[in-house]
Amino acid sequence: MKEVTASPGETEALAARLAVLLAAGDVIAVSGELGAGKTTFVRGAARELGVTEPVSSPTFTIGHRYEAPVPVAHLDLYRIAGLDPEEWGDLEPYFDGTIAFVEWPEHGGDWLPQARAVVTLEHVDESHRSVRIDSDLGL
Amino acid sequence: MEGTGCVILGIETSCDETAAAVVTDDGEIATSVVASQATLHARFGGVVPEVASRRHLELIAPVIDEALGEREVDAVAVTTHPGLIGALLVGVAAAKALAWARRLPLIAVNHLHGHVASLYLRPLDLEPPFTCLLASGGHTMLLDVQERGGFRVLGTTLDDAAGEAFDKGARLLGLGYPGGREIDALAKQGDPRAYDFPVARVPGLDFSFSGLKTALLYTVRDLSPHELEARRADLAASYQRAIVRALTERVEATGADRVAVVGGVAANSELRAALPDAALAPLSLCTDNAAMIASAARYAPPVPYPEYLSLDARATA
Repeated sequence: MKEVTASPGETEALAARLAVLLAAGDVIAVSGELGAGKTTFVRGAARELGVTEPVSSPTFTIGHRYEAPVPVAHLDLYRIAGLDPEEWGDLEPYFDGTIAFVEWPEHGGDWLPQARAVVTLEHVDESHRSVRIDSDLGL
Repeated sequence: MEGTGCVILGIETSCDETAAAVVTDDGEIATSVVASQATLHARFGGVVPEVASRRHLELIAPVIDEALGEREVDAVAVTTHPGLIGALLVGVAAAKALAWARRLPLIAVNHLHGHVASLYLRPLDLEPPFTCLLASGGHTMLLDVQERGGFRVLGTTLDDAAGEAFDKGARLLGLGYPGGREIDALAKQGDPRAYDFPVARVPGLDFSFSGLKTALLYTVRDLSPHELEARRADLAASYQRAIVRALTERVEATGADRVAVVGGVAANSELRAALPDAALAPLSLCTDNAAMIASAARYAPPVPYPEYLSLDARATA
């Protein structure tokens, strides 16, 4: 599916529609350039999954983990040039029993688990974003 | 542990810095060693290929050796959260091993409490109550500090941290890393009123920097390479002004008369000028270090030997 959203709120609402279809162990790749709305999308999904605390950007910290009925992990591989087995070992705990959203998944190489859904965000103009979701979840 | 004559070894590995320090119970820093990956950052334009535990593992033993020397310590303190789990685990394992071998108590420290406790080190030795702005690459928070043992979160960033906004802005402007320093330097040659970037207004005392980043992106996109070159200093100055205004407006909204600033963004010259009465730790203590972890440990309960062997790191605050 592909839709154009007119505000961060609409991007979050679209993410919530994906979130209700997810289960523990699912990995969602979230791609898009700077400011395209990756963290906004993850926030919308995390809210739907029951995360109440602020969902902020993990660019510096690389990984956030939020407690929820099914815990939610939010990773940003931007600062990792390319995952190798040892670095994967560092990140593996974030995927254990969680629904994991991964920004900059292209830096994960072959080490990331197969994504259940691939989300691609693009700038249309300052307020509009094109959101494409590729999955077998019937969305 | 304050006032007992104890000497504490602090260990910090929550993010990019591998650090160890020895601090006395009255807040005197005996040694503080920080092995930073800043040079690696610069070489890779902000991307660190080995940000994870392997790098900490290589550095942790020599860094502790250098901080400790021949000193005897009475307790070991370590950052247990929040941070990258694998990175934290290296520090926690090293701290446990060292405390175990020497039969010492261990003190688990919250990294954010560590930043605030940088203010309790001598010579600053700041006494609560005060309102603390914690602004770094990974965190941006307003804290109400009534006593040295803790704090209450008044507001936090809803998206990007202030330091992250600086770094991402620097990337959009084609500047180097760390972005905060580059923008700060270039802004001195620019007009901060050249561009009217938005200061996000979110409810309460929270922060938001995501819209500002997007506004800069669209402004830069509309410029030709030649125009960008000509306006880069104005853009840096205007962008920095918007970040600093967002921070200072929130600080002022608390109505606090005693304000302190900690975290890497405290190095920003415009922020310092905008909050002339704020208490500031020395720059070396603003960025991640282990002296602040040992300092925070003075106000946290020690876990006696050997009960800490099950102590774990965790990613969440």
